[in-house]
Amino acid sequence: MTFPPTPSQTVGPFYGYALPFPGGGDLATGGITVHGQVFDGAGAPVPDALLEFWQAGADGSLRGAPGSLRRDPVTGAVIGRHGADFTGFGRVSTDADGHWLLRTVAPGNGYISVCVFARGLLHHLFTRIYLRPGPFTDSIERGGTLLAVPESAGVYRWDLWLQGEKETVFLEFG
Amino acid sequence: MLTQDDIDREIAEWPEPPEPSGHPRRDYAPYRSSVLRHPKQALVAVKDPDAAELRGPVFGVTDVTALDADLTRQHAGEPLGERITVEGRITDRRGRPIRGQLVEIWQANASGRYPHQIDDHPAPHDPNFSGVGRCLTGEDGSYRFTTIKPGAYPWRNHHNAWRPAHIHFSVFGSAFTQRLVTQMYFPGDPLFPYDPVLRSVTDAAARERLIAAYDHTLSQPEWSLGYRWDIVLDGPAATWTES
Repeated sequence: MTFPPTPSQTVGPFYGYALPFPGGGDLATGGITVHGQVFDGAGAPVPDALLEFWQAGADGSLRGAPGSLRRDPVTGAVIGRHGADFTGFGRVSTDADGHWLLRTVAPGNGYISVCVFARGLLHHLFTRIYLRPGPFTDSIERGGTLLAVPESAGVYRWDLWLQGEKETVFLEFG
Repeated sequence: MLTQDDIDREIAEWPEPPEPSGHPRRDYAPYRSSVLRHPKQALVAVKDPDAAELRGPVFGVTDVTALDADLTRQHAGEPLGERITVEGRITDRRGRPIRGQLVEIWQANASGRYPHQIDDHPAPHDPNFSGVGRCLTGEDGSYRFTTIKPGAYPWRNHHNAWRPAHIHFSVFGSAFTQRLVTQMYFPGDPLFPYDPVLRSVTDAAARERLIAAYDHTLSQPEWSLGYRWDIVLDGPAATWTES
């Protein structure tokens, strides 16, 4: 027996005091930096998008670990990952210029999974950031939109286009 | 000026059939903000049984505190409004409970105001209410929050647009594919027919799944009114094998 799913609704404009957390984009130190902007179909930066990241560790492990929102038991404040475990999860909101930034390790399986939420987006979207071309990006049309562009040592640029000529490839899982 | 009548007509005459899943289509013009923010290319299907998205992030006891699930106790004083509890179970489409996963909520206060700079409509803030909650699901997939019933509020989709009272929910499944952000509504709200966000779910039966049930057995004497809202997560998950 299967049950019909609860429908999605937009994250709206007011998630900013609830979902982003301090250090949300700092998965690891000493690894790579990936950053970029989110754009709409008119080419305007999207200042109210929320990006979530899920990835394997440097060794390819997908076990993750709890503690992305580790809390101070006294004040309740988020004090961040303790750093000994790799949680594999990150969350960042875009700034007024649609920009976001992630500090992490290069995933052992080659890609970082991305889930995109935004005001105006009624149902989230999945995509991926690849650090180099591979069988998947080579096998699909517009696969280049999934490739991060090296900018300097350890720093990659990856822009996300929700719509338009440069529209990013979005994924579905059956 | 774009009127409610214009939006009502667009909703009534919306030409696309509902998605079989019941999820909203991303291109739903009565919700004007969707127009430039939905992809026009088809989604690409991933068939890889080792896809990372078939697993997902995990959370634990360090990620929440005991106070997170009671939004009425997060400040020195008590918030104004109608005290409620909201509880339910989170399962996958096969009815299996989602255990130990993170549920996050956010909402307006009883006057319909969010503590956010861009919400500038003239309703009072409540210094005793932040409107943010978190909890982990139990072994049976259950969650529970104590909060205040949020107020309806105006927005600028069209002239005289009002959102029905709702609580935003963010839920993690056992796989990243099952991720869900949605909104819970309250039964009998007179604003339902006018709201293009709710009406973006064009299947009537699917819309009902966004509306909590008042449950008198969950109400507590002299204290709070109880609502039940169960959540079913879409999407496949890997069968975990020890490696």
